[in-house]
Amino acid sequence: MDIKKYLSGQENKYRRGQIDRRQFITTAIATGLSIPAALSLASSVEAATPQRGGLFKIGSRHGSTTDSLDPATYENGYMQNLCYSYGNHLTEVGNDGKLRGELAETYESADAQKWVFNLRKGVEFHNGKTLDSDDVVASFRYHMGDDSKSAAKGLLSAVKSLSTDGPNRVVFELDAPNADFPFIVSDYHIVIMPASGGSIDPTSGIGTGGYIIENHEPGVRTMLRRNPNYWKEGAAHFDEIEKLVLLDVTARQNAIMNGDVHSIDGVDPKTVALLGRVPTLDILEAAGTLHYTFPMRLDVAPFDNYDLRMALKYSIKRQELVDKILLGHGALGNDHPISTSNQFHASNLAQREFDADKAAHHHKKSGHSGTIQLSASDAAFGGAVDAAQLIAASAAEAGIQIEVVREPSDGYWSNVWNKKGWSACYWGGRPTEDWMFSAAYTEDTEWNDTAWKGTDAANKFNGLVKAARAELDNDKRATMYAECQALIHDDGGTICPMFANHIMAVSKKIGHGPIAGNWENDGNKANERWWFV
Amino acid sequence: MHPVLKTVVQRLGLGLVTLFIVSIIIFAAIELLPGDFGEAVLGQAATEDTVAAFRRELGLDKPAVLRYVDWIAGAVQGDLGNSFSGRSSSGVDRSRPVVDLIGPRLWNTMFLASFTAVIAVPLALFLGISAALYRNSIYDRVVNAMTLTTISFPEFFVAYILILVLTSLWPIFPSLSNISPDADLLDRLYRSAMPALTLTLVIVAHMMRMTRAAIINLLASPYIQMARLSGASQREVILKHALPNAWAPIATVIAFNLAYLVVGVVVVEVVFVYPGVGQLMVDAVSSRDIPVVQACALIFAATYIILNLIADIIGIVTNPKLLHPK
Repeated sequence: MDIKKYLSGQENKYRRGQIDRRQFITTAIATGLSIPAALSLASSVEAATPQRGGLFKIGSRHGSTTDSLDPATYENGYMQNLCYSYGNHLTEVGNDGKLRGELAETYESADAQKWVFNLRKGVEFHNGKTLDSDDVVASFRYHMGDDSKSAAKGLLSAVKSLSTDGPNRVVFELDAPNADFPFIVSDYHIVIMPASGGSIDPTSGIGTGGYIIENHEPGVRTMLRRNPNYWKEGAAHFDEIEKLVLLDVTARQNAIMNGDVHSIDGVDPKTVALLGRVPTLDILEAAGTLHYTFPMRLDVAPFDNYDLRMALKYSIKRQELVDKILLGHGALGNDHPISTSNQFHASNLAQREFDADKAAHHHKKSGHSGTIQLSASDAAFGGAVDAAQLIAASAAEAGIQIEVVREPSDGYWSNVWNKKGWSACYWGGRPTEDWMFSAAYTEDTEWNDTAWKGTDAANKFNGLVKAARAELDNDKRATMYAECQALIHDDGGTICPMFANHIMAVSKKIGHGPIAGNWENDGNKANERWWFV
Repeated sequence: MHPVLKTVVQRLGLGLVTLFIVSIIIFAAIELLPGDFGEAVLGQAATEDTVAAFRRELGLDKPAVLRYVDWIAGAVQGDLGNSFSGRSSSGVDRSRPVVDLIGPRLWNTMFLASFTAVIAVPLALFLGISAALYRNSIYDRVVNAMTLTTISFPEFFVAYILILVLTSLWPIFPSLSNISPDADLLDRLYRSAMPALTLTLVIVAHMMRMTRAAIINLLASPYIQMARLSGASQREVILKHALPNAWAPIATVIAFNLAYLVVGVVVVEVVFVYPGVGQLMVDAVSSRDIPVVQACALIFAATYIILNLIADIIGIVTNPKLLHPK
């Protein structure tokens, strides 16, 4: 284990050029590797070493003629990817899912309520201006206040005051403690732009990012060229980038098969196996936060009964659903909404499996008899009705009768979901645990689609979520969030059998590190993270 | 006034009247569309108040007649108003003038239509005339069978077959035709080759068969018999005697197909990601972006009227009977 660690440290040094090939091979042999193994290791490190240059063409399944450069209006993956290319944020989510400083070199808080961000020095905007705290304050103010129409306004509603402390420090005061605040400032809307006279020019497209916008044709393409003064080391390897809007899935897949683009997102799971046979392509998959659920409402009988909920949770074949509904392009869910790409995923929580005996045991204990209705429609997610049929079939093995009610797609979200006792649903997921729980599981949210409140476990869960919000120690938060996940997993009303993958097709000419799961396209930062080999 | 000039002026006047009537029909049809833009954008957050405020902001609360007059007065001056979309959930108004939205795309559509016409029209005429010349020969049958085959397949199928052959198996052309406005002519032609070829295959049959039929139809006329008796060869009979009288129906069919190239190539645009006006209109209909839909419909109507006008004029000018009325 130590040798492995030491070797990977050496690989990093070699990659960064701190040692040369000879030194690397010598140290590799010293750890006990044979000479051929050391040589091939050196070559593989070289292949993974980013090279500068080239025109990278990336096709996106998003994009619209109304896409404006104004960061208050970003609402699709195309603009998110673009703003991560031309601009930077105070913090960023790395491809390991962990948060790190971007324009803020460090950030700190004593009580999770007053946050201080120390800005990186010597960062230049595309227009030559040097970044200082006034720019940051102006960029944030643009998304705040009563007249702001920004999509990020709600995110920043907890910011009570915001001030500069010298040219390189910004201080935020929140109205309640929030340990996830540094996560929130990584939101793509809040791109840092140069201020003049205390405000930013939102549509200028000027940022501190690795690429400068040459030409933006909304809904068609964007041309970008490398920022020669980019501050970030080991990033922005391409000389030029052409971003294309390719809405039609067949056109998109044709384009990558014929080499007209180097990367596409949104590959169709039905044809991904065929696309994978193209010798020039790699299929990249990353487990994301998108998950499909079957919420049972605790305010509707018989789902108020703990044993009945457990009986249903045990009567679902999760792997079968992943295989047949997602065609294998997904990950198993464990009856809670936190994905493996989240920071505090509870990996110790045992995976729930189909167990006919346990299901029958709990069903008997609940005293329920007769059929249980499960409402589904493909409005919830593609294949929801089929998934419901599979659930009915597996539950029948445990002696539980489920009647699948096929609901009309029209009005599904207003008449069925969040109203009927048991229905199908999807959640896009959220980058932090607190965000996800506050959206759909705490007692005060309207979208608590399981009506999970009032039980002992729910009360404990709500207390834990509040406490974790104010807790700064990451180890303690991990423990608290693990407990939250366990509480939903057992007592909660949701059945979460699967997480869907982001599926991309990428040319073999492209090199990349581990792929992030938080968004498509390597956290939508492929432009600055990838390179030509 | 020269009779031809007089006819042209008359037809132009009639064309304007038609366009005016069409504009009323467009406006009325859109009034009848189900759904409301305010409700479509605001979704479940649409309370009566917010929808009313939204309609006020867009001027949708005014009576229809007044809105029609506003629209048509602006359109005459080249101002087609502002697009409705872009005022979506975030609330920031990033709507763009309709002219800015349509302009570059209309230019792209016209470019593709002209490019296709330059290939398809001479090809169809040549095939049609030569098929008439060698009527019922193997050549005639092969040409007929081929063109009927290509017109019988749906456009997207022809497009994918072409992609398979010309970009996957033998990479000659790119499968993406997303031309950029600053590209030079050669690059534009190269990039639009695939959609132009697809459309050529789709429209050639109609024009070719009409040309052939019009000529063959005339070959039974007494004056052709006369020409034959006077010793003209088959080639002379067709090119000198039959063709001049066949121009009118041929021109009508060509005009019809050219109009189709401008207004009906959405599927081909989607397959090749060609930034044309057809896709824009379909998107606008689904998002209830009324100003864009109206402007597109008006432009399409004008295209039909102008092309048919030209076909009529060609029909008159080439027909001695109409040219010199007694």
